[in-house]
Amino acid sequence: MSSQTNPRPLLRMSAIAKSFPGVVALGGVDLEVGRGEVHALLGENGAGKSTLLKILAGAQASDSGTIELDGLPVVLANPQDAHRQGIVTIYQEFTLAPNMSIADNVFVGREPGSRLLINDRQLDEATSQLTKSIGLERGPRTLVRDLSVAEQQMVEIARALSMKSKLIVMDEPTSALSLAEVDKLFEIVLGLKAQGISTIFVTHRLEEVFRICDRYTVLRDGQNAGAGAVAETSVEGIIKLMVGRELKALSERRAATEFGPVMLEVRDIVRLRTVTSPQAIELRNVSFNVRRGEVLGIAGLIGAGRTEMARAIFGADPFDSGHVLIDGVETAIRSPQEAIVHGIGLVPEDRKQQALFLSLAIKTNLTMAAHDRISRWRYFIDSRTEAGLVDDYRQRLNIRMAHPDQLVANLSGGNQQKVVLARWLALGPKILIVDEPTRGIDVGAKVEVHNLLLEMANSGIAVIAISSELPEILTIADRILTMREGRVTGEILSADADQEKLMKMMTAPIDRAA
Amino acid sequence: MTNSTESDTGSQGGWDFFGFAAKFAPLIFLFILMAVFAIVEPRFLSSVNLFNIARQVSVTGLLAIGMTFVILTAGIDLSIGSLLAFAGLVAAAVAKGGLSDRFTVGDDAIGFGWPLAALAAIGVGIAGGFIQGLAITKLRVPPFVVTLGGMSVFRGAALLFAAGGPISGFDPGYAWWGQGKVGPVPVPVIVFLVCAIAAHIALSYMRFGRRVYAVGGNPEAARLSGLNVNRIIVSVYVIMGFFAGLCAFVLSARLNSAEAVAGTGYELTVIASVVIGGTSLFGGIGTIFGTVVGSLLIGVLLNGLVILNVSSYIQQIIIGVIIVLAVAFDTFAKSRRKRAG
Repeated sequence: MSSQTNPRPLLRMSAIAKSFPGVVALGGVDLEVGRGEVHALLGENGAGKSTLLKILAGAQASDSGTIELDGLPVVLANPQDAHRQGIVTIYQEFTLAPNMSIADNVFVGREPGSRLLINDRQLDEATSQLTKSIGLERGPRTLVRDLSVAEQQMVEIARALSMKSKLIVMDEPTSALSLAEVDKLFEIVLGLKAQGISTIFVTHRLEEVFRICDRYTVLRDGQNAGAGAVAETSVEGIIKLMVGRELKALSERRAATEFGPVMLEVRDIVRLRTVTSPQAIELRNVSFNVRRGEVLGIAGLIGAGRTEMARAIFGADPFDSGHVLIDGVETAIRSPQEAIVHGIGLVPEDRKQQALFLSLAIKTNLTMAAHDRISRWRYFIDSRTEAGLVDDYRQRLNIRMAHPDQLVANLSGGNQQKVVLARWLALGPKILIVDEPTRGIDVGAKVEVHNLLLEMANSGIAVIAISSELPEILTIADRILTMREGRVTGEILSADADQEKLMKMMTAPIDRAA
Repeated sequence: MTNSTESDTGSQGGWDFFGFAAKFAPLIFLFILMAVFAIVEPRFLSSVNLFNIARQVSVTGLLAIGMTFVILTAGIDLSIGSLLAFAGLVAAAVAKGGLSDRFTVGDDAIGFGWPLAALAAIGVGIAGGFIQGLAITKLRVPPFVVTLGGMSVFRGAALLFAAGGPISGFDPGYAWWGQGKVGPVPVPVIVFLVCAIAAHIALSYMRFGRRVYAVGGNPEAARLSGLNVNRIIVSVYVIMGFFAGLCAFVLSARLNSAEAVAGTGYELTVIASVVIGGTSLFGGIGTIFGTVVGSLLIGVLLNGLVILNVSSYIQQIIIGVIIVLAVAFDTFAKSRRKRAG
């Protein structure tokens, strides 16, 4: 299908492989980018895009594979090497110093002037030239912290240009931009193209691929899933490559049960950006409900507001307006403590950062939220009751450990996640929210966690499962909600859904006026 | 895609040197140090000197118990020396019934007696800790800064309260707490041991202790597990204040005097004791047992240096170097743990 391959592309990455302990991130991936080409690098979360980009930026070393630039092999051992070769990466998280001026940021470390003194006039002139060329109407002495997100991105681009880049890599550059700002960015990218500068463009918004990109490469599970000219494919074609035909959900569907009454109802939750958090993800009128015994799946791409929604309901982050009804009763939840009192549990997305106490024992981790169940004389821990409780969950959840006194840090991801699930089960929750419940855990443990969630639902708990893995959502959910940019974009019964439908609902354009 | 094997059956045989060292190094080092001093200077092992060490250690040890709670939450308290001075002066004034006869010696003093004096010292300590705890949690100022401020505020308060001068001479009931003995054992040593056991029980067997470790180990996870993180943080500074007050009372009783410059530089000795005892400045790791050993280690070291006629200037240098080395070891052990985890 790559019929008109450039005989001498600007960049050719061949058979790039990279493994991390327990996971093969890239299993021999190829990427070719032509001169002056805008190239889309696509794939689901975890497909290997970011690892590939880190290798190209010199931030990570590949285990094997070669990189050729202009037909000559290059070694990118560190970011400086990449810069010297004219490859500059603009990450989602900008690397600007907010309290320094535009000029200082653009030329940091490469200021014009003598060895000791910086020639300020030259610096400002050079900066103005660059910023004007991409349409940034700000003086070179303006502090970066006073700029909007879009303007900061332009400073990053100006810096890339100042390094005489041949190839600029942009990792999800449009995720934090408004429509008008996206248009402006695309103008800049086309301007670069006219100068013969190539761009690698990572995005989750497939419509953008068709607006701006010439060619595409799709990764799936650390492998090449396909590549070709954008003009010769369609959104459907790319989605098919991203999710993969063979990845049919391996579900053992739960017997159709009559769900109980509505356990949790959420009405019109709104959270807006504030001055202090201009990059925060907004929530716009999020409404839904979950019934007793039901698993509600929530699908969406990273940054769609799924986690933010969960944290708002759980009282971990405040929201501006909206109502939460539990068992039909309006409830104000201002902290996780209050959420727990009302029978809500949350298994957060980042196990190590947000759920586990890595320096503490398994048993201490497991019983941390359930001290009321294991106390004696009110203030003391009854170690025998605690041991019994831990042993109970160890068997029920099949947590493989040497001893409950072992540090939780020494468990595998799957067993760590079971400890976190047990922590909440020990509280007897009415509602359990699980955010990326199987991220980074083994395939075998994954199935176990899925079955656990289904058992919980069968026992009458209302389960909300957030996941970026569509097969997972299709496996465990009874009903699926899709979100994008803080809004609910659709709802579908699991029985009627498939990955392509979900992907379309997740990436559907949004009427931003709403 | 995944090729890992479930390997959750514990430490796979391999001897965990760093785990072992972190646990027992202080104790081993303590014995080595004592052996060296004993060989160089036989007087070191005399019962008089050993009880002398025990009494000295009891004073900073009381503070180190409180500091263990604070450091377990990844906090720090630099104000303890100043708070101690202030609390001691208040206790002395209460014992004396005012500041008018501050130099009257012996039992002809007309005051409110030692029980009220002790309560006053502890009350001042708790109040000081509570205010600092509130500043840390409500104003969101880092503990280092709040207690650095407190260090200056309480020292100023002590100087102001006593107009710079000491208050000395207490009745026998008061003095007993610093100078008395039960059998051959000095009273401060008993106070220290009782407090150490109580603190050990609180940290190891009580819900509160669990929560202290949790907040220090991972504050975000603690919050998401439904713990009231702010209340726990305020509590540890209150506990620290309690021990500063108690220590102020015992120290003034031992010296038969309270003065505004008491406790200067104690924060360093105390933090060194806690850190050498294996408590991590990053929070979540540490024991009272370790702190007792760490306090003994510092006490033995200082005593031995005195006996060997090493100047007090050099002692300060040695304490400073030790604290940096102890933290370096902690950081190193942490990075090892991270790699292993």
